[in-house]
Amino acid sequence: MATYYDPADLKKFGNIAEFQKEFADKFFAYYGAVFAEGALTAREKSLIALAVAHAVQCAYCIDAYTTDTLEKGCTEAEMMEAVHVAAAIRGGSTLVHGVQMMNKAKELSM
Amino acid sequence: MKSLKATGHQLADAAFQLTVLSQEAAATAHLPRFHQKLAAAGLLPLRPVAPAVLQLNVGKMCNQVCKHCHVDAGPDRKEIMTRETMQLCLDALAQTDIPTVDLTGGAPEMNPNFRWLVAEISKLGRKILVRCNLTIIVANKKYHDLPEFFRQHGVEVISSLPFYSADKTDRQRGDGVFADSIRALRMLNAVGYGQPGSGLVLNLVYNPAGAFMPGPQAGLERQFKQALLKDFGIVFNSLYAITNLPVSRFLDYLLASGNYAGYMEKLVTAFNPAAAAAVMCRDTLSVSWDGGLYDCDFNQMLDLPVASPSSQHIRDFDAAALARRAIVVNEHCYGCTAGAGSSCGGTVA
Repeated sequence: MATYYDPADLKKFGNIAEFQKEFADKFFAYYGAVFAEGALTAREKSLIALAVAHAVQCAYCIDAYTTDTLEKGCTEAEMMEAVHVAAAIRGGSTLVHGVQMMNKAKELSM
Repeated sequence: MKSLKATGHQLADAAFQLTVLSQEAAATAHLPRFHQKLAAAGLLPLRPVAPAVLQLNVGKMCNQVCKHCHVDAGPDRKEIMTRETMQLCLDALAQTDIPTVDLTGGAPEMNPNFRWLVAEISKLGRKILVRCNLTIIVANKKYHDLPEFFRQHGVEVISSLPFYSADKTDRQRGDGVFADSIRALRMLNAVGYGQPGSGLVLNLVYNPAGAFMPGPQAGLERQFKQALLKDFGIVFNSLYAITNLPVSRFLDYLLASGNYAGYMEKLVTAFNPAAAAAVMCRDTLSVSWDGGLYDCDFNQMLDLPVASPSSQHIRDFDAAALARRAIVVNEHCYGCTAGAGSSCGGTVA
């Protein structure tokens, strides 16, 4: 294994059923249902997935949902704004913990 | 930008394109060949049904040079259908009850006999589709009345608009094409095209600006309708989502960008037997600018004539012989059978 990440592995995602079929089948059925048109459009869900892919920094997911958002007719500006949403939440999540730090610092300080 | 032919590019040669498709298929040996997939789906040989559309490619001349064009059309292409060949098409049409004639190109309106042809088809009482690239309407004053001409003949207008914004559209179709397309769409709307209750049909064609497949047609149509109405006050009837086939300039793009293998794998993986059973070549006959008969416009560009030796030219049109033919298939056909399928009328499955 030359690297941990191989782009070709993305196409083998379904192979996880080889080791545990029942759970894999349930997961992929659930996955398909989640991404179908619903209260949110498939296009909106794809943009959310693209943002989450960046938040969890999953290379496979970024590959898959860059393609998927393009196929769903998303603009490049929409795609980058979705990434900024992920960045803003991650950044905000870090910064809002600054309040905890301040609380503790004030508790300990004269 | 010039056509592949004008630059002396190897891919301007249909035989070379077929060689590339065959060699690349061999290089991706783990992928089945198209005829194997069809056979597995019980569809080989692929047989025609009663023809519903006679598609006439009246020439390769065009005012645009789009990066994905499977015709390799452009202003430097001079091959256009003569009035004599058009008459042969009309004679053949009159022998049949084919209900629809689909006029394509290039920009079909640039053929000097285009209006005569439309008028003659009208006399035969057949439905007429014109694949209008939109910009031709504003390219020159002599074309400004095309919307009114289309209206007079009840022509259904089908126009490519790869996206509802300028950047993606212009990247594929050339600088300024989006702005000109919007102007032309407004002119079509002004005479009633796309307007509810007018009976004048204006359909748009979406095809991806890159090495990816079109998403679900209904979602794209909803999005196009919202954006074009909100941003430009434009209305239209339906959106056809069409997959780019690995032919001519799009094949060149796939090879040059290193996307060929990945794109073909995507098409092969997405092979859909239901789409294969409903492919447009089963009910369409395609005629080239010089009168040759083909199963579709893509086969025409690859010089793959109908497998009906006694009827390969419109002058020898023989409906019975053509009905017995097997449709000619090759690796490019994967483009019409992937996912929800693709045809000149959008998805098929």
